[in-house]
Amino acid sequence: MKYILMMNCPKTGYDTFGAWPKKDIQAHIAFQLGFDKDLRESGVLLSAEGLASPHEAKCVRAGKDGASITDGVFPEAKEYLAGYWIVDVETPEQAYAIAARASAAPGPGGVPMNMPIEVRQVMSGPPEDLL
Amino acid sequence: MTPRPLDASSEHLLRDLAPQVLGAVIRRFRDFAAAEDAVQEALVAAAVQWPREGVPGNPRAWLIQVASRRMTDHLRSEMARRRRETAAAMEMDQTAPPAGVEDETDQDDTLILLFMCCHVSLTAASAIALTLRAVGGLTTAEIASAYLVPEATMAQRISRAKQSIKASGVPFRSPTREERAERLSAVLHVLYLIFNEGYTASGGPRLQRCELSREAIRLTRAVHNLLPEDGEIAGLLALMLLTDARRAARTSPEGELIPLTKQDRSLWDRKEISEGIALLSATLPKGSIGAYQLQAAIAAVHDEAPRAEDTDWPQILALYGLLKRMSDNPMVMLNHAIAAAMVHGPSAGLDLLNALDADGRLAGHHRLDAVRAHLLEMAGDCQAAIRHYGIAAGRTTSLPERNYLITQAARLREKHDQLSSSR
Repeated sequence: MKYILMMNCPKTGYDTFGAWPKKDIQAHIAFQLGFDKDLRESGVLLSAEGLASPHEAKCVRAGKDGASITDGVFPEAKEYLAGYWIVDVETPEQAYAIAARASAAPGPGGVPMNMPIEVRQVMSGPPEDLL
Repeated sequence: MTPRPLDASSEHLLRDLAPQVLGAVIRRFRDFAAAEDAVQEALVAAAVQWPREGVPGNPRAWLIQVASRRMTDHLRSEMARRRRETAAAMEMDQTAPPAGVEDETDQDDTLILLFMCCHVSLTAASAIALTLRAVGGLTTAEIASAYLVPEATMAQRISRAKQSIKASGVPFRSPTREERAERLSAVLHVLYLIFNEGYTASGGPRLQRCELSREAIRLTRAVHNLLPEDGEIAGLLALMLLTDARRAARTSPEGELIPLTKQDRSLWDRKEISEGIALLSATLPKGSIGAYQLQAAIAAVHDEAPRAEDTDWPQILALYGLLKRMSDNPMVMLNHAIAAAMVHGPSAGLDLLNALDADGRLAGHHRLDAVRAHLLEMAGDCQAAIRHYGIAAGRTTSLPERNYLITQAARLREKHDQLSSSR
């Protein structure tokens, strides 16, 4: 079963991260790289991406003529997707355990951030025979 | 020079030889993990060389020789590495095959390999990957694309599976008499999972995914040929054939799911059906009937009906009754309820579903709601049927199934609205 693990952060999160002490930034990056490597080597990782800062994000919708109308970011949004992992595991509990590890990434002073990770199942289950 | 692809018969030959060659190389070198890599390289070498130079006179010996050479190279570099590491120069050359261990040419190691690859110490995903590579002779890239995962991920699954085998210390020999039943049922389960993955494929390149079913049938057929007297192996092979026969009718060209009752039966594969039925007819009278044989028998009853309304439901109900006594599986109870509804009317089926509610193991499972919706519709309770189709749609993780279920709900809603407006 496939799950997406979504890491959200406030719009200011990217700036706050950049203002951490160097060794904390390095520790955080080392954690993320090691975590991804671990997932890859355990044969569960399908894909993982980090997203660029939401400051430049655009919201696009089609106008009546089908052409794009571009707005800035939704002003009401407080949280943004910062990155995600898609994993292929045998039980939901395994997905939750991986999410908990992601959540505990080290923050300032090496203290676990315990940030919320949204876990959603990907629609990839097999259809059963129907009568 | 562009490499010509291997023609179908050579490809078939290669894949049939893969487990035999692997068995021979393991017997010589006693290292499953390295031997498996070496055989993969030999298969790749054959796929490149044979189209150019022709298939060698003794393809099996050719593959064993190439794989053994790779093994020797591998062992030499391993030893060099160890020498460098320890600096204790052990000049003894251990790379030659141990004396007296000639490959026992007539031995077919397919079964022993399957027992290893499907060992209970492996997760299902690892066992499947390793079986397809070591016994099926597929490349990691082919397996990865069939399972829609990156090649690197699949490669890791395979190497971890090999590590688990090494760690568990499973010897390269047939299981003992006491272990045998359990180990064989693990093998059949893995083959069944491979078949199902291909049969129920809903995403990805359809052709490649169907290959998985064909591969599962090929491997199960090989096991059946080795152990023709085993009723459950024959039963599983029959079940696969009788199910696979309906593949072309199961989805519309646009990929929509078509339920059994609405399928165009002229699209069913008559050849597979007759082979499955012949297998079953030869097996069932032998006694010791198992769950795969019963499921195959049920599939056969469906396949034998010229039209949906000709289905012999009383027989299906009886078969599910037997299956229910044999395995305490709530999915079997669910199908039994459908059969009961078809024979005794929807309320009989709905009563059985209430028993399943009390049982609790299917609580929250979309299939329970989907069946309830179907039976409620049969009973004429439109509103409740719409509600349960909706609940089932919200719970399934299959996209085609979700689309089917919401369409059912919408169809009933419109029918219901028309009826109430004409009143």
